[in-house]
Amino acid sequence: MGKVVLVTGVARQLGGRFVRRIQRDPEVERVVGVDAVTPEHHLGGADFVRADIRQPAIARVLAEHDVDTVVHLDVTGTPLGSGGRTAVKETNVIGTMQLLGACQKSPTVRRLVVKSSTSVYGSASRDPAVFTETTPPKSLPSGGFAKDAVEVEGYVRGFARRRPDVAVCVLRFANILGPRADSPLADYFSLPVMPTVLGYDPRLQFVHEDDVVDVLRIASHEPRRGTLNSGTFNIAGDGVLLLSQCSRRLGRPTVPVLLPAVTWVGSALRTVGITDFSPEQIRLLTHGRVVSTVQMRETLGFNPAYTTAEAFADFAHSRGPGLLPPETLAKAVDKVAALSPAGGATPQSAG
Amino acid sequence: MADAKVIPFDDDRSRNGAPQRSVRRRAGSGRRKSVAESAREIPVGSVPGQLGGERAVPKDASAGGGTGASAQPPRGPGSPGADVGWDRRIAGGLAFLRRRLTGDYDVDEFGYDRELTDQVLMSLLRPLYAKYFRVEVKGIENIPSEGGALVVANHSGTLPLDGLMMQVAVHDNHPAGRHLRLLAADLVFVLPVINELARKAGHTLACSEDAERLLQRGEVVGVMPEGFKGIGKPFGERYKLQRFGRGGFVSTALRAGVPIVPCSIVGAEEIYPMIGNAKTLARLLGFPYFPITPTFPWLGPLGAVPLPTKWTIQFGEPIPTDGYPPEAAEDPMLMFNLTDQVREQIQHTLYKLLVQRRSVFF
Repeated sequence: MGKVVLVTGVARQLGGRFVRRIQRDPEVERVVGVDAVTPEHHLGGADFVRADIRQPAIARVLAEHDVDTVVHLDVTGTPLGSGGRTAVKETNVIGTMQLLGACQKSPTVRRLVVKSSTSVYGSASRDPAVFTETTPPKSLPSGGFAKDAVEVEGYVRGFARRRPDVAVCVLRFANILGPRADSPLADYFSLPVMPTVLGYDPRLQFVHEDDVVDVLRIASHEPRRGTLNSGTFNIAGDGVLLLSQCSRRLGRPTVPVLLPAVTWVGSALRTVGITDFSPEQIRLLTHGRVVSTVQMRETLGFNPAYTTAEAFADFAHSRGPGLLPPETLAKAVDKVAALSPAGGATPQSAG
Repeated sequence: MADAKVIPFDDDRSRNGAPQRSVRRRAGSGRRKSVAESAREIPVGSVPGQLGGERAVPKDASAGGGTGASAQPPRGPGSPGADVGWDRRIAGGLAFLRRRLTGDYDVDEFGYDRELTDQVLMSLLRPLYAKYFRVEVKGIENIPSEGGALVVANHSGTLPLDGLMMQVAVHDNHPAGRHLRLLAADLVFVLPVINELARKAGHTLACSEDAERLLQRGEVVGVMPEGFKGIGKPFGERYKLQRFGRGGFVSTALRAGVPIVPCSIVGAEEIYPMIGNAKTLARLLGFPYFPITPTFPWLGPLGAVPLPTKWTIQFGEPIPTDGYPPEAAEDPMLMFNLTDQVREQIQHTLYKLLVQRRSVFF
């Protein structure tokens, strides 16, 4: 007897990749993909059911396919195609409520995996430098995706109380980056000139798309020996990058903007439709956020293949050079070194 | 504590002793410097005639690992092999510039940028440390060479220069080259630019989570438990230790099992003699106090120049905490006793240093 996995949000890149990958796992018998829009990418051999998780119809899908594992990936910050912030919020919050309600009624569901975000910790100057899974946030996110994620996690906790027989795993992902990432932060890093907050250099952490798919697989299967895959886990690559380092590695110059003016620049950019510069995004780019991944390693038993710096390098490689590519700068410095009496001898010694 | 009033501000009996003492100090610092310089120049002198190769080595090493150059902070010229030293320094500087421009350096999870701190921030503070305040460091061997330790110091001087000087003192004097990681008030992390520099210099927010995390990684952590009460106290109360918070630092040290190193800083109290506090203005600006000194704000920016006092930083005998059972960190009586012990030790060392001090400025 195999497993039947239901995945929500398959019309997005991440959902599509996860569906294609998990079908190859031997213990999985069937994968059912659900989304409100038909995905543009293929889903391998998975069944696609076009259903809106905001509607009670999702319960019928669960019952029809005898689903035993639900992977809820439809918690996102950006709308897919058309639709504004309201539609996103509804999908995140109402969609999760409907899905959890359906799971609660379904006798076959054994396991629930929910994609959350480290943005539930908020981002404030009074926060400790490193968040663990139990750190209470100093300032709860006031709106936007972060608030959705907080609410989603609240409903999931309630569900876990009501159905103690279901293994519930909440994965709080750091900023997801990679060649195909379509997050607001990826859009931000693609701007030719990056506006930053004057006098702040936030610490950022990234997790690579491949690692996201891998950790979702670990969470959806039975736990391996000596590990436990129910609970809440921070998922992030090792190490930390400062925003200034990111901009230098990308070769994209920054424009420091005074904190009050950042909001205007953000809304101006949003109006033009370049990127989603939401208030929580600005808070992240002001104070930064670093999470502890000890639980991920020791309890969940997952070791990411990419460090923060490697995930970022892979992303930077896919985006092409910026206005000031680091290679050019390095060459310029080398030229100066060759001109100066000190560095003049370097080529001689090499040749 | 009643004899706290006996504070020699500018004592006459000091005059005869002063020159002799400054000579000794100069000799001491000169020796330290010459040792550092000779250590740096030995490899240059030992391979005469191979100047090209000599230059290529540090460049390659630093471009690869990034630690080769940071081990030798550039300092004063003026020795036989000066031109070679200059060449190397330019090459090292360019390699440093190259790494900085391309973002090829590491920071830890607290945002501590070791390379920037060693090469730039410490070099910026060093003139203030060595030339302006002429800091004399005693008992540096009380900071362990490895493993965590919690340095607890008194806090004074209106602006937290004492913390920075303590950081330079540990950085420049400790034989094992340890770095002091300071715990700073939340105000530091609200202010733009300041918060960025503080994080890069290895400071972090004074909360038990961060302190414990640093101590468990085996870092030397510096804390000033008096906080704003200490730094913003009026001039009349100089060298009188304020309340040490709730003793949170003791339970953090107990949980991590690291020794507490009491540290007494003399000289910082007089850099900005605070004779008044504009409370309304402070509240308006959101600061815990707004100092009024004989020169500030009357002379404008000129009034913000600190007085060139002579400083002494004494690290005291470490107080071990590893002998206690794990539940001791929850015992309030033990907390208060240990807090008092640390406080008394700092206070007594302060009095001792004050009696030994001949003048505020020399």
